[in-house]
Amino acid sequence: MSRLATKVALVTGGGAGLGRATCLAFAAESAAVVVADRDAEGAAGTVSLIERKGGSAVSVETDVTQASDCERMVAEATSRFGRLDFAYNNAGMGGEGLPTHETTLVHWDALMAVNLTGVFLSMKYEIPAMLETGGGAIVNTSSIRGLVSYPDLSAYTASKHAVFGLTKSAALEYADKGIRINAVCPGVVKTALVEQSYARMPGFEERSLALHPVGRFGEPEEIAATVVWLCSDEASYVAGAGLVVDGGWVAQ
Amino acid sequence: MSDFDHKIALVTGAGSGIGRATALVFAREGAAVACSDIDTESGEATVRMIEDLGGTASFVRADVSVGSDVEAMVQTVVERYGRLDVAHNNAGIGGLGKPIDGHSLSEFERTMAINTKGVFHGMKYQIPQMLKQGGGAIVNTSSMMGLVGLAGISAYSASKHAVVGLTRSAALEYGSKGVRINCVCPGIIRTPINQKYWDEFPEAEKEWLSIEPIGRYGEPEEVAEVVAWMASDEASFMHGHALSVDGGATAQ
Repeated sequence: MSRLATKVALVTGGGAGLGRATCLAFAAESAAVVVADRDAEGAAGTVSLIERKGGSAVSVETDVTQASDCERMVAEATSRFGRLDFAYNNAGMGGEGLPTHETTLVHWDALMAVNLTGVFLSMKYEIPAMLETGGGAIVNTSSIRGLVSYPDLSAYTASKHAVFGLTKSAALEYADKGIRINAVCPGVVKTALVEQSYARMPGFEERSLALHPVGRFGEPEEIAATVVWLCSDEASYVAGAGLVVDGGWVAQ
Repeated sequence: MSDFDHKIALVTGAGSGIGRATALVFAREGAAVACSDIDTESGEATVRMIEDLGGTASFVRADVSVGSDVEAMVQTVVERYGRLDVAHNNAGIGGLGKPIDGHSLSEFERTMAINTKGVFHGMKYQIPQMLKQGGGAIVNTSSMMGLVGLAGISAYSASKHAVVGLTRSAALEYGSKGVRINCVCPGIIRTPINQKYWDEFPEAEKEWLSIEPIGRYGEPEEVAEVVAWMASDEASFMHGHALSVDGGATAQ
């Protein structure tokens, strides 16, 4: 398929997990991909996976908590590929697994900086580039934790709820200017990040699996397909939505 | 895409609006489509539209508020095509345009009978067939009025909220058995139902536009693409979700 030929997509956290799967899914639809990640090696790995399949991609070392980095990643898209059509703001970090009163301010600040401020800064620089070419589509990674909570994940939950609120507000501001902005709210997908969290928090994995009515965790490709679809013209009337892809978790 | 090759799809309310548009998309993607409607003439017209485009379709009449009609509808589909892979329970009627104290009990009950009980009937008879085959996908038509209210259409809003609840509960019951169940929540779409309402209440056509941040009403085709995608394997981890396709209306 090449639903997105001539389009340019940017993905933060593109070096692993959902971000990498989404980079590959964009490339499979023939979009050129800017792979942004703080981990330069991971980003380069994604680029070579895309190039091996004949796709076009470039990596940019990016710390989304830094405004200048976010500005640079967008500049890379427009200078290398001439435009920016889609952005998937996905870079994030996991929770600590401690109750609220034991959560350290250091953890809180670090998590908010990546999960929330990172999305804000990314949109801040992506939107002007999209306005310049008459429109685009943005998808932010919220979470089922953007809708419901779980004990011992208060900072993470707060950050993901905030991403959903930010997404809705931004969607209202740019809906009539040709930029569709939505969030995706994945259930548990077994990425490296989640594996690390489970290793830190004994018992979480079993309890979490029991909460998925479909009886399994999600695959990164299942989220990636959702993100690419949200960016495509097939989703032309979807704006400000939080698309839940969670095997039925929040339905209960 | 040809996601639905060799698949059998059933659409209720396929004689107009969102149902007709969805039947056409399923057919375009390769499915044989059973087009159901209470109105034989319009349902058969949809079948002809599909056949003119080289697709496969047939008409089956049903009043979704009558359980025996819906049972016979599913039976007919299975007799004709041998199976049922995808169902879009979409038949519905619009709002009344008057406050609660102006709603008669019979008007309220008729709205619930078609919009809510019709979906219940649909799932009740579709699910056993899907279980027999080892799986399937169902998309029910709710509405943005399944998530928020609007003055003048309380029965409609109640019936559509109920569809969201019904969808979520059913999703929990069949998730691990291979039947994926979701609903779509369209914003204000240019359907014959809304056109009829606007003909009766011309000021509503202008006023309702202020509800849509995207600055226009949606087209039935824009909802149809979403329904087809939700029913496809690309949405394999989406389950129990109420997907907003509303131009940002419920983000505010």
